[in-house]
Parts: sequence; C-alpha cells; structure tokens
Amino acid sequence: MNEVSQRRVISVIVINESSVLSRITDLFSARGYNIESLTVAPIPESKYSRLTIVTSGSLRVSEQITKQLHKLIPILKVIEHEDIVEKEMALVKFSLDEDISAIDTLAQAYNGKIVNVGDNSVIAMVADESKRVGNFLKAIQKYNPKEIVRSGAVALER
Amino acid sequence: MQISGAQMVIEALIKEGVDTVFGYPGGAIMNVYDEIYKQDGFEHILTRHEQAAIHAAEGYSKISGKVGVAMITSGPGFTNAVTGLADAYMDSVPLVVISGQVPMTLIGTDAFQEIDSVGISRSCTKHNYLVTDAADLPRVLKEAFYIANSGRPGPVHVDIPKDVTAQIAEFDYDFEVELETYKPTTKGNYRQIKKAVDAIANASRPLFYLGGGIINSNASDEIRELVKLTGIPAVETFMARGVLGHENPLLISMLGMHGSYAANMAMSETDLVIGIGARFDDRVTGKLSEFAKNAGVIHVDIDPASISKLVKANYPIVGDVKSVVNDMTTIAREKVDKQRYEPWLETIANFERLHPLSYNEDTPNLKPQWVIEKVGEMLGDNANISTDVGQHQMWTAQFYPFSRPRQFSSSGGLGTMGFGFPSAIGVKKADKERVSINFTGDGSILMNIQELMTSVEKKLPVINIILNNNYLGMVRQWQTLFYNKRHSETDLSTQPDFVKLAESFGGVGYVVRTKKEFEDALNDAIKKDVVALIDVKIERLENVMPMVPAGGSLFNMMLENKGDK
Repeated sequence: MNEVSQRRVISVIVINESSVLSRITDLFSARGYNIESLTVAPIPESKYSRLTIVTSGSLRVSEQITKQLHKLIPILKVIEHEDIVEKEMALVKFSLDEDISAIDTLAQAYNGKIVNVGDNSVIAMVADESKRVGNFLKAIQKYNPKEIVRSGAVALER
Repeated sequence: MQISGAQMVIEALIKEGVDTVFGYPGGAIMNVYDEIYKQDGFEHILTRHEQAAIHAAEGYSKISGKVGVAMITSGPGFTNAVTGLADAYMDSVPLVVISGQVPMTLIGTDAFQEIDSVGISRSCTKHNYLVTDAADLPRVLKEAFYIANSGRPGPVHVDIPKDVTAQIAEFDYDFEVELETYKPTTKGNYRQIKKAVDAIANASRPLFYLGGGIINSNASDEIRELVKLTGIPAVETFMARGVLGHENPLLISMLGMHGSYAANMAMSETDLVIGIGARFDDRVTGKLSEFAKNAGVIHVDIDPASISKLVKANYPIVGDVKSVVNDMTTIAREKVDKQRYEPWLETIANFERLHPLSYNEDTPNLKPQWVIEKVGEMLGDNANISTDVGQHQMWTAQFYPFSRPRQFSSSGGLGTMGFGFPSAIGVKKADKERVSINFTGDGSILMNIQELMTSVEKKLPVINIILNNNYLGMVRQWQTLFYNKRHSETDLSTQPDFVKLAESFGGVGYVVRTKKEFEDALNDAIKKDVVALIDVKIERLENVMPMVPAGGSLFNMMLENKGDK
C-alpha cells in the first residue's frame, strides 16, 4: 500500500551557509536514501538557496526524508511536490561528421537547438521534462554522441 | 566589551549558568584553558580520557537536567570524544561540546592534530559549528545551548580554531536567540489530543507505553497523575525507568527484548498503545509486523520524525510531552471512566502471576539479580544508578527499584561499553548527597578504568559493582543460545586483581563471594567514601531472561534461565 517505490521530487529551501549541502547529502547517505539528482543555486536577493532533489522511495520513506530534512537546523522549508512543472537540461557533443541537421531537428522537438559549433564538434542543448530528456538521449544514440551532461531536474509547484 | 575568543567561551559558559566543565586540554584549545586557569565561575573536572569527559557530562546532565558541557582539543582529542557524542545523540542528551581546532591559516593543510571535526561530528550531533570569526562566538555559543536543550534535546558541537580563540572582538551576550529555521513545536494540536482521549475512553485494553522523552520533558509528575486518573496500566522503556516509580500499582515493568512477560504480553494484547516520548526502537518492538498487532496507536513526541517512522500512528501528536499530557488529563477527567479497564487489569495480573520477573538461587554462587536487589534494598532512593552495557545493564533495569526520574544514567541507544564509570562520576558531581553506584561487568569496567584517577583526585567517589562472570556475558549468552555454544573470544578469565587496581589509584577494592561479604563490602565502601571496585564473583552462566530473540515477536519469549545446562 504505502510501500510502492516511486520517483519523488523534493525542493528544499536552506540558509546559504557553508556545509549545508553536506548536511543534506550526509543525511541521505546515513539513512540509506537514494539521490537520483540534486541541483542547488542561490535564490536571488535572499540569504537562501534552493535545492531540487530527485529521489525514489515508498510513501513511508519519502515522509521520513521530508521529516528528517526538516530536523536539520539551517533548513527553512521542505516541499514535497505533487503537481509540478519540472525541467532538466542536457548538453550533448557530436562530431561534425554526423548529420547535424537531423540532430538540430531532433533537438528542436525537445525545446533545444545547436548551441555551439567548433572546429571538430557541435554541442546541442535540450531542456525538457527529465523523462523526455531521457528519450532524446536515446534517440541521438545513432549519431554517436561524444559527451553527454545532464543538469539534474529543477521544479516548481504549479 | 572587547575580549578574546577564549575569554568569550568562559564568559558565555558562566552566563549560561554552567558550574561544571568536563575536559582534557591540548594544543589547539590551550588559549581557552589559560582562561579556565584564571577564572572561578565554574569547576573544571579533568578526566583521563576525552571519551570519559563526554560520558561524565552526560551523566551530569541526566541527573541534573541541565546541559552538560565538555571541552577537548583538536585531532585525537576530538576523535576520542566521538563515541560520547554519538552516545548523547542516540539518547537525546543535551550537551555542548567545545573542541579546539588548528588555526584557520592551517586548516586544510594536514597540520599537526588536524582532522575535519565538524565533518565527523555532523552525523552524530544535533547540530555543529565551525567558528571562523570571534565576533560570531557569542551568537554561536548561545545558539548551541538553546539548540541542545530545546525540542528533542541532543549534543551540539562547537569547533573553534586556535587563532579564533586569540582574536579580540566585541562580546555581548544580552540578546534572545532567534532562529527562523528552527522552531520546535511544543503545544500539541488540541483537536487531535481530544480525538486521542476519545479513543482511550472507547478502548477496552489501552496501555501506556512510556519513554525517555518524559524524563527529558520533566513530565513524570504529570504522567503519574494521568495514569492514576485513568487507571490504565503502563509499561516503561529502558530509558523511562523511574518515571512511574517501582511502587506504582499500575506499572507493569519494562518491555522489550528483556522486558517482563507481563509487559510484553500486555503490549501484544492491547487494543490501544498510548506511546508517550518513546520511539518504537527495535529492542522494544521485536518483529514489527507482529507488534501490538490489533491495536490503534497514539503517539506523542516532540520529534515529528519519530512519529510513524516504524509503527504507523493513528493519532499522531507532535508536541512537548508535559504540555500534551496536561491537556490529555484535563480532557480525560470528563471522559474516561477507570472502571472500564478493570477486566484488563485482571488479565495483566494473571500474566504477572503466570511468569513474574524472577530468578532462581539454585547455585552456590551469588546471583547478579540478588546483588542488584540487595543494593536496592540497602540504598533504594538514596542512590543514583549508572550502568555499563551488557547483561548487568539489563538485570539492573529489571531488578533495581527505581523510584524517581533522573535516578538512572545508562547508554540505551548506542550501547556504549565504558559509559558507566565516567557517567557515575558526572552523576556524583550533579548530586553529592546520594551514593553514586555504577553497576558494571568485568568487560565494561576495563573500557574506562583510567577514571579511577579522576574519581580519586576530584573526590567524586563512585562505587563500581562489578558483576564478574569472567565472560563478556551478553555476547556469551547469544553465543550459547544462537551459536551452538561457540564462545568465540568472550572468555575473560584472564583478569586483573581489581583490589590492587583500585588501591593503586588510591581507592578501595573488595572481592565478594557471599551475601554477607557483599553487604559488608558495600557498607564499608559507603563509609570510606572513596572510589571503590567491588568485584562480585557471580554465577558464570546466568542468562538475562525473559528474552525475545532479535527479530522475533514480542510474545515469543524465552523464559527459562537454563544457562549452559
């Protein structure tokens, strides 16, 4: 019932001070929780930072994660999202020998484009839901991507 | 006032009302120790090992109800203290532990006695600080005391680099702590409390399940009143011994792995668990899926993360036990009819008649349970009790007649051997009127034996009663029961002469084999008023019973004490 493992997105608002990130990652490793992705950046014009953590676990586990995070002293707010807009970015480097126009067309289907053209390679960027970014990365396999970097998800409640 | 970081530490401690600091000096903390030398606002107790300093501060805190304070140096000073921090963290003991650190200019260079102390203490403290500017010290120290002693209490570690203790800055301690990210809930939700009391009023077989949070909340009087008013029976966890007092007719006993038959059966048969300041620890619940299987659960705790962590609560109430119990009592006066539970009390009385907590004096050797009962008979309320970890600890929890909260200091969650002796020194410092007893084993006592020196030097006499079976007894018991009697590395037959050992430090020692010898030794030790080791030769193969095998159901207890026979 409550034990089905699911992907969960949690936002955490923390005081922007040294070691706060380790407090959070230590908590995840100490209690055996997964981190699938984690992004962090300061909230403009405040002393806070916002983390977006993608994790997986049962309802019981995710409740515990939320409560344990709350117990950390420099944490202001923990938001477990239900109805969210979620985006992730990926950068992919291809050789110039590949079919660049096909790659560009594909990237456009995932809110992206070619963002850089160098002497030997091009870089494509996409920004979409994490799942769709995954689909894009599957689709471009046949163009022999040389390097892939994913940003991890960011999310906002609707 | 412009003063140095080191002076700030002294001033802050005095302003916090600290009268005792346990510690051990070293390079990085020397500036602070120099100021300790010059002041007379508090007493410094030099232990002979940093781990002991923390345990002594814990014992002091548990008996006095105040925040315990310890001070140590960087590197090995700090790492020696880690076990103590972890112990205090598991048992929610409010401590402020101040460590020296190498100067800021050397941090990160693998300097002499440098270690990433806050990195290590992060996972075993409630909170920690690395102070990088003396101007932050007043705020940090004030926050440390506030955080340690509010909400669910716990240890707070403050790491101060040596150059920060030398730095001059403005000291002003006259302000309120304002932490916008930390505001523990204290008042329970009244509607939820009302629903919980309704459930109590409608239950047939409710059971109070009382935990150590009651002692932290100083709510024993309130609990005693609520239990009396409702006429509902109660079990105590290990951490809650003394909450109701052994003479309370509604107290069944301790529950759990070594709980009494009646306590564990009551928990298995109840239809409503009223959990107060307890955390459903695995040593209490046994197999979770079988725990209080047919019962609803009320769970009162100040830590929201403790609620529904292991056992789903039907009535979760986040709040300070004292405040919630007061509300419960007010509502219960109107709603609860104590006659309703009389058949349930009869059932429990039957459980108690069937298998009372007992032991057989069927061998010529002294039984450890007798020794503990005898101390209870001779000293009772006039002693504060510490223990180490193992069989003697469980026998103490089962057989000592605790009569009040804050009478007992033991390592529950972490199970730290070596806790007892330094704890008992801290206990003696907190309460000099009463005898400080440490029930210990022949394994545990050697884990902080150097504290004989502290006890003698500071005239803080502790009577260590070594229940000596020449075994690492609890492990031996498991090996007997679950490892086909393969007593791997648990035979401690090679032993020191405990009498000479005590005497060499300036204490007294006794070897005891009979009841008469024990009584004489204890009386003599009390009279001599110096640290004592009473080496009590007990029946070697006595087991702690009842026992719920790890992971077994609470109602499936081994009851008979067969030893290795």
